[in-house]
Amino acid sequence: MNEKILTIENLTVSFDGFKALNNLNFSLDTGELRVIIGPNGAGKTTFLDIITGKTKPTEGKVFFKGRNLRPYSEHQIAQMGIGRKFQTPRVYLNLTPRENLELACNRNKGVFPTLVVKTPPAERRTVSGLLETIGLPHKADMKANLLSHGEKQWLEIGMLVAQAPDLLLVDEPVAGLTDEETERTGELLLSLAESHSVIVIEHDMEFVRQIAQGQVTVLHQGSVLCEGNFDDVQSDPRVIEVYLGQEIDHDEDISLENIGELLETVTAEMN
Amino acid sequence: MTVQAAGGRQGVDWLRRRSLLMEVGTVALVALFLMFIVPLLLSGFRLNLMGRFLALAIAALGIDLIWGFTGLLSLGHGVFFALGGYALAMHMKLQIPATASSQLPEFMDLYGVTELPWFWRPFDSFPFAAIALMLIPGILAGLLGYLVFRSRIRGVYFSILTQAMTIIFFNFFNGQQKLINGTNGLTDFKTILGATVSDDGTQRSIYLATILLLVAAYAVCRWLTSGRFGRLLMALRDDESRARFTGYNPTGFKVLVFAVSGALAGLAGAMFTLQSGIISPKAMDIAFSIEMVIWVAVGGRATLVGAVLGALVVNFGKSLLSEKFPDFWLFFLGGLFLGVVMFLPDGIVGLIRTQGVEWFRNLTGRSKQLSTYPSLEEDPEAQYERKNIDDRKSDG
Repeated sequence: MNEKILTIENLTVSFDGFKALNNLNFSLDTGELRVIIGPNGAGKTTFLDIITGKTKPTEGKVFFKGRNLRPYSEHQIAQMGIGRKFQTPRVYLNLTPRENLELACNRNKGVFPTLVVKTPPAERRTVSGLLETIGLPHKADMKANLLSHGEKQWLEIGMLVAQAPDLLLVDEPVAGLTDEETERTGELLLSLAESHSVIVIEHDMEFVRQIAQGQVTVLHQGSVLCEGNFDDVQSDPRVIEVYLGQEIDHDEDISLENIGELLETVTAEMN
Repeated sequence: MTVQAAGGRQGVDWLRRRSLLMEVGTVALVALFLMFIVPLLLSGFRLNLMGRFLALAIAALGIDLIWGFTGLLSLGHGVFFALGGYALAMHMKLQIPATASSQLPEFMDLYGVTELPWFWRPFDSFPFAAIALMLIPGILAGLLGYLVFRSRIRGVYFSILTQAMTIIFFNFFNGQQKLINGTNGLTDFKTILGATVSDDGTQRSIYLATILLLVAAYAVCRWLTSGRFGRLLMALRDDESRARFTGYNPTGFKVLVFAVSGALAGLAGAMFTLQSGIISPKAMDIAFSIEMVIWVAVGGRATLVGAVLGALVVNFGKSLLSEKFPDFWLFFLGGLFLGVVMFLPDGIVGLIRTQGVEWFRNLTGRSKQLSTYPSLEEDPEAQYERKNIDDRKSDG
């Protein structure tokens, strides 16, 4: 058994009494690529908010490399080695991809080092290399708001890597991408997983099939419903009921006639 | 591919160096023009106004730094401006000839103060006053900034807080008759560094000093806004929480920029006071702080040249219009602001950058500059097409 990079114990988060996460236990091995799936509202994004320090747990503890993360704020957690990619690409649109990467690459993020120290050649080389990896060397010096949606997604993944984190948190990296872009993103993530621990949150089942080589975790109503490899999870009756089932069933028979029926089952499930 | 990328990098570096040299040259030329040509063109009265407005341009640079680049709309820079003005004014009020009957500023005699208040004493020294006029507003801004930014107060809440600050300071300064002559402010300055303030020669030196300080302020702002630090400021402006998750703590960066911005306003206040001959709590009026923001908006946010240009254009417009239509000036100011917000979101400089370049190229007979992907520029097919389309246009 490998060493655990991330351990979460009895985590509960409640917003005004609503439990977004409910007594959740989770652990991730060093070097593992884990995919987390779950229906809308399962608490996936809150889960990432907790790990990155944006939200503090109501109860329970989060350990990263053995350290409790509670007393640290976002930037400190980021400096410890957790990088996060957001659902919608969040790159700095008024800067060029190169500048975006250089900001993320900066080793010493204090006020005065950033002001006084020029970007060292080693960091410049890292940035050039990353531009190659994410396929943007020819667009390195134009403003990022001219990039396509997919290119922005890759740029943000590049920024994550530039941070040199040990753990990458990737939230729905293929939302809104074409099939070809989705596949390239998958390859990019798989190559990153060779040298990092990665958590990917995803909706797109085809994409999950592409990248899920190891464990898949299913979240439902704020707790872990089950864990296992992709095929096991897919055939687990509980998972089919809460999540996959809806898609598989309704894929074929959504038509005007049975929409009423569909709505009824959905409402019944929600209650 | 790697070699190519490295070559591109060097090319970019070379271009940057060339444009930096050109910028230094332009700034030097403009400064020399202001120093030696403008005094020949303008009457004494207008030249004095020019000097004052150049002082205000220093404050505009500070506003641009905090608002244009960092995205924090401060509506309280009048306080920092006034503090700088007061610091220098207090020094000048203490330059009392040894032969005078009272060794106190005259308003103190009037209100029956017999001993110089303790906080006036160090201002007797010029070096102290010169440092204090930037340090006091800088430290106040830094302190306020630390308290505000640490609790992640942003946007309109920050603006409201700065407004509240102006009201507090305004009322305080207004009420302290005995200490700082209350609502009348400090005026009637005699000498500075041994020279008579109202003397033409002295005023001329002050005018030159203002230009040099403006150039220095421009250089500082340019240094802060270029390079990684400047890019981070824009990153904080555009998406602060992203910067947090990248590992930057925004508080320190914002505190530093706000402090520098406050110090620049203080410097501007001091130079303005020297040339206008009075500093009073009126400079802490909310309207004045808002006016500063309008200069920057008119000139062009996030462009340092725009801030300077805006301060000069708006203030000269103000002085001309208020001579002709004294009652309507405020309507013009309001209309100007509305017009800029609606039609010129990037201000004068923004307009010149987009339409001016096009217009200039048309005028000189060069074809329109297209910005596309660099690979398209090299694509022979695309070039052929562009040429053909252009030809057809000129035919018919």
